[in-house]
Amino acid sequence: MRLLDRNQMALTAVVRYPLRSSMLLVAIAIGVAAVLVLTALGEGARLYVTSQFNSLGTHLLFVAPGKNEVGGLGGIAGSLGGSPRPFTLDDVRALGRSPYIATTTPMVMGTANINYQGLERDISVLGTTHTMKRLFDYELNSGRFLPELDLDNATPMCVIGDTIARELFGNAEPVGKWVRMGDRRVRVIGALSQGGQTGGHDLDEAVFVPIAFAMQIYDTESVQRMMVETTSAESMVKAKKDILDIIKARHFGHEDITVMDQGTILDTFNKIFLVLTSTLAGIAAISLAVAGTLIMNVMLVAVSQRTAEIGLLKALGARRGQIIGLFLTGATMLSLLGAVVGVLVGYACIELLRQVYPLIDFRAPDWAVISAVLMALASGLLFGIMPARRAADLDPVEALAGH
Amino acid sequence: MIRFENICRDFKVGDEIVHALKDVNQHIEAGEYASIMGPSGSGKSTLLNVLGLLDTPSSGRYWLNGRDVSELTDDELAATRQKFIGFVFQSFHLIQRMTALENVELPMVLAGVAPAERRDRASQMLCKTGLEDRMTHRPDQLSGGQRQRVAIARSIVMEPKILLADEPTGNLDSQSGKEVLDILEGLHAEGLTLILVTHDPVIGQRSHLHLRMTDGVIHAERRHQQRLPGDDSHAPA
Repeated sequence: MRLLDRNQMALTAVVRYPLRSSMLLVAIAIGVAAVLVLTALGEGARLYVTSQFNSLGTHLLFVAPGKNEVGGLGGIAGSLGGSPRPFTLDDVRALGRSPYIATTTPMVMGTANINYQGLERDISVLGTTHTMKRLFDYELNSGRFLPELDLDNATPMCVIGDTIARELFGNAEPVGKWVRMGDRRVRVIGALSQGGQTGGHDLDEAVFVPIAFAMQIYDTESVQRMMVETTSAESMVKAKKDILDIIKARHFGHEDITVMDQGTILDTFNKIFLVLTSTLAGIAAISLAVAGTLIMNVMLVAVSQRTAEIGLLKALGARRGQIIGLFLTGATMLSLLGAVVGVLVGYACIELLRQVYPLIDFRAPDWAVISAVLMALASGLLFGIMPARRAADLDPVEALAGH
Repeated sequence: MIRFENICRDFKVGDEIVHALKDVNQHIEAGEYASIMGPSGSGKSTLLNVLGLLDTPSSGRYWLNGRDVSELTDDELAATRQKFIGFVFQSFHLIQRMTALENVELPMVLAGVAPAERRDRASQMLCKTGLEDRMTHRPDQLSGGQRQRVAIARSIVMEPKILLADEPTGNLDSQSGKEVLDILEGLHAEGLTLILVTHDPVIGQRSHLHLRMTDGVIHAERRHQQRLPGDDSHAPA
């Protein structure tokens, strides 16, 4: 039997049950589209984080208190639990003396309540220094960013995000106004332009204050994180060594901080997102297995409704393998068609996501597209085998009689 | 051409075993015109199915064309059917979604014949059965007699040695039945071995080998000499 003839016979048989076949197509298409969309979300998030890190420049080191031999994100995670020995502003100042370090940008983060003339909202507070602006290239609507101050200077001033400015001040000029942050009065010295996120913070909802002020609010003497800009890409290794040496000397021989470069962090993020994306793909793939049972259902109905025809084919000399081939081809065609529809729908949904969130580069990775299609085909074949064998095993005499 | 030796076919119906064929011994020569008659349930359809390799005997030996086919596998049986045997059914068994031409092509599709050759041979067969102007009609656009003629064209398109017809005129009016029978007898005259199951005593009379069945046994066998037009020398007294 020729391949073309087999395909045509299988196809005409499928077309005979338009409702069942199209429901099956929908089921497979949803499965395939789900794989595409979910992996596109995961991949989009990964690409976003990657691009955020890359936008920081190429010679940055990240320092967090606490030592984690495993490295990677463990350092950051460890810092959340606090470190036995604080990583103080004096430590930061000491690090600034290394010849390989251009700037140090310590950070303390927290939340607070901000209040202006009865209007209030919750905000995230970022205590840092003027070098932050240099790293992230912030733009301001009005006023200025945190000025260059001594690290210990806790002058109550703040720079507010665009959303906060609009919610508290409407169209009025926020610069120069006094707001209440917790139980402190703070003067607004600048308002950021609307736009985006940096380093995982929503800038529009953030308030920047001098680091010493933040430390007062949160009653801490330890910096949570620090970004170090080295003098050049080549001096990264030396700077890293300097940091560890200086801290060790200051902390009585304990090397209780973690220093990571961008590459390490990116690797870690990539690993995390790959696991996340694969998990999402796996969950979506379950729906393909469910669609497989529908394939079996459709094919079983086809076998039982075409009993007499199968009997005739056998009388006309059809081999067992030909009949199995005919039904497997039908199942494969249905699942392939469903997969094609699913890929189209999936790409359409992803395109829609890109329109709605233009900041994030949503895209389904090739491996996800290929494995979704293969998986759809595999479930068609796998779940088509049983009905096909049932057809091939029919007794020709009984089949001709339509039993 | 066909030799049955002690062929039995038993069916299990519930707890009972039904003996559809009991120790049948029969010989059918190549080019013979045989009819099988008998009441319902006498085993004539089972006999035809065993003859056509659609059913396998429970015991006994069946030689087809000098070869013992009792032990063949399903695929070997299918191959033998494809090569040697054509079937004509009482209910035609045409595929409704296919045209007359496509129905006739079907055995060749299964055999892997190239499309162009298929088309040629199928249309030749339809011409032979008088349907040259009905090739693109579907079965539901054809009369009963025409449908059976499509089925006959399909049964002979692979050039079998034996044509098995199970009550080929059973669903037809007498005029179409006569036309169908004429075609079948014409094929026999060209050398095909024709075996048909029938209720019609007239057809039984026209055959040369007459098998009468009751309760799974062939109990009457009457051989006529082949009568040629204008030759009455062998006419029974």
